[in-house]
Amino acid sequence: MPSVCLYFQVHQPCRLRRYSFFDVGHLHDYEDDAENRRILDRVAEKCYLPAGALLLQLIEEYGGAFRVAFSLSGVVLNQLERYRPDVLEGFQRLSATGCVEFLNETDGHSLAFLSSPREFREQVLRHRERIRSLFGQEGRTFRHTELIYSNALAAAVEKMGYRAILAEGTEKILGRRSPNLVYRPTGCKKLKLLLRNYRLSDDVAFRFSDRNWAEYPLTAAKYAHWLHRIRREEAVVNLFMDYETLGEHQWRETGIFDFLKALPGEILRHPDFCFRTPAEAAEAHEAAGEIDCPGFISWADEERDTTAWLGNAMQQDAARKLYHLETAVRRRKDEGVVRTWRMLQTSDHFYYMCTKWFSDGDVHRYFNPYESPYEAYINYMNILDDFSQSLKKTSKGEKRWQRRAIACLR
Amino acid sequence: MRILMFGWEFPPRMSGGLGTACYGMTAALAGLGHRITFVLPQDGEAGAAPFLDLVSASGVPVSDNDRDDGMEALLRRLTLRPLPSLLHPYLDPGHYHALYLSERRRFSETARVYGPDLIAEVIRYGQAGGVLARTLSFDVIHAHDWMTVPAALLARRISGRPLVLHIHSLEYDRSGEKVNEEIRAIEREGMEKADRIIAVSHRTKRMIAERYAIPPEKISVVYNAVTRTEAQRAYRTERPGERKMVLFLGRITFQKGPDYFVEAAAQVLHVLPDVTFVMAGAGDMMGRMIERVGELGIGDRFHFTGFLQGEEIERIFSLSDLYVMPSVSEPFGISPLEAMMYDVPVILSRQSGVSEILKHALKVNFWDVREMASKIIAVLKHPVLAGAMAEKAREELRKIRWEKAAERIAAIYREAVSGAPEPERGQI
Repeated sequence: MPSVCLYFQVHQPCRLRRYSFFDVGHLHDYEDDAENRRILDRVAEKCYLPAGALLLQLIEEYGGAFRVAFSLSGVVLNQLERYRPDVLEGFQRLSATGCVEFLNETDGHSLAFLSSPREFREQVLRHRERIRSLFGQEGRTFRHTELIYSNALAAAVEKMGYRAILAEGTEKILGRRSPNLVYRPTGCKKLKLLLRNYRLSDDVAFRFSDRNWAEYPLTAAKYAHWLHRIRREEAVVNLFMDYETLGEHQWRETGIFDFLKALPGEILRHPDFCFRTPAEAAEAHEAAGEIDCPGFISWADEERDTTAWLGNAMQQDAARKLYHLETAVRRRKDEGVVRTWRMLQTSDHFYYMCTKWFSDGDVHRYFNPYESPYEAYINYMNILDDFSQSLKKTSKGEKRWQRRAIACLR
Repeated sequence: MRILMFGWEFPPRMSGGLGTACYGMTAALAGLGHRITFVLPQDGEAGAAPFLDLVSASGVPVSDNDRDDGMEALLRRLTLRPLPSLLHPYLDPGHYHALYLSERRRFSETARVYGPDLIAEVIRYGQAGGVLARTLSFDVIHAHDWMTVPAALLARRISGRPLVLHIHSLEYDRSGEKVNEEIRAIEREGMEKADRIIAVSHRTKRMIAERYAIPPEKISVVYNAVTRTEAQRAYRTERPGERKMVLFLGRITFQKGPDYFVEAAAQVLHVLPDVTFVMAGAGDMMGRMIERVGELGIGDRFHFTGFLQGEEIERIFSLSDLYVMPSVSEPFGISPLEAMMYDVPVILSRQSGVSEILKHALKVNFWDVREMASKIIAVLKHPVLAGAMAEKAREELRKIRWEKAAERIAAIYREAVSGAPEPERGQI
């Protein structure tokens, strides 16, 4: 039976405050709370609340035949816990239906795997624990920040007990093979690989409201018809996109909610088709072949690689200096210090420093709170400077202990 | 098309952005096949300037073996018409008076023809320039800034040809709110009577529309560009020593914001004591700046070079690690583009027209000294940042070319010619 696998990524960046060089050594809170809250509220009203309500309604309406998956980054979880518990409760209600899978990822929405295997592992374990305690679900499927993927990552993820991993269905790894099949990563025994069908996913995520697109307007019936053409018994069509597509990237006025409302019915109209979550799809389908991916791929840009975050000298410099602090951070044995270090690992900070498309001003620009990648780098490096200086200073507790120890020795 | 241009300066004798821009666009227009008669003021002293060797007594260029081919082709389509005058682009009434007096002392014979004050001289030059229209044939008049307005208007009246007035700077840019009303009135009349106006940025276009009540439809924005010359290569790799150098280059006047640069320097030196600041240029605020540097106690790290030209400018750019343009009001600002040609990263004021087109530069509000200092520190501290900016700026610079600007200007000529006014003969 062909499966349709719908997964939404939920993430909000942790925006940093404007931090001048002259703040170094004086100001130690780095986050722009007001801005983060403002944007979270906006997205909650435009997307999270209405989309969550609609999905819940659809799940109830189709009595378990409509199923979806979410991955909530640890960063957005922090923000929701702090500012919008109502949205978080909405996700819990969805989880309670038994029709919604919650995936695991790195807690800090980070690129830790590329710099520190230990930090990567710790972040995944932490995220797993949070998902378990919030939704009562044991993570079975893993997806890396920005759908970054490689053989080495698959091996590490398999070792951590996951059954499925997600990646971009790019020709770079598929060649002429279909993305609509389950594969086995090279070097893995049990782990299954689900690949994003980027054409069908982006038809909704990017092209839905594009009036210059030949297929505009996209109706659920038309879209379901395209899916139904993929008739192979073992097919899995993976539609992965940002949750914010619903109502935020594509506004309500575009008809995106009506599209979503009609979609399950149109797809299920064909008796062979069903919805499955990633873990269910991985279990239901045998691996059709092996996928070899020695280098890193991702779902970003035309290049589908990691250059959006680590492509230029500024990004590499920032990442190198950040992970260079790892030993010092751990030595402090201070939850707050680790939390700050993790916050600074969020991939968005590096994305803002990307110069690749800056001249043309496109999607990178839209999501970038900085005037230029240079400003992003300067701001980040100032904060990193303050953070690294604060690591060198001995904490109050340590100082007290040192004084006592000296007193004892006297 | 045949163009009567009332321009400023010609290499190698250039004193600032206006001359550089006039020359750049003239060369590009000639490159597109247009024929230009370039009228420019010339004082007694500069009569001996080298460029005049390029021009025969009748104003027709003579050939010269030393000249490269580009120059040759340019000169074939270009006729220089120097007119005796004390005008140069950056005069104000006070300076003119001093100049006039010294000129009269030195050349008591010739100096008698010049106007006794700036406005009088502008009018006198206008009459001398305007009547050239009787003897020349051309399709369009192109004039640059207020000092050429009387000449351009007279030429327009005599010939009936349309006038395109190019605004590189307004009285409000030069003087802030303390404008000279006479100059403002000349600017206004010029812009009202011109058939088309070219502004060097949207910033300038807005000012023209708002402060002079000119309909925006009449104003087109054409950004300036830079001319690449081979000479710059000679200094490319010269960035010696450990100590980093931060450069200000421009007239040391209110408009250029030198005071903000000095204050920012003091803040930077507080944190990074091993940096040299250089203020290159001259102007009426220089004395005050030297005093302020003394007050701040940073004299050992802050240097004044005085007025630089030609190779000295190339040299100072190639020695710099960072160029700062803190202008209070800069209609365009060509010098950041020049700095970028030497792979020097640039910080510029948001109150400049050039910031509308430059992406690979850092931008600050001119009054935000702390932010300026913070950004100077960032560029000096992170070689990676300076490198990334310089690399991307090089790509950006390739797109900013006079050829493109000249094509836009030629299109504006065509518009002006198709809607040309009727000649008003016999009432000069």
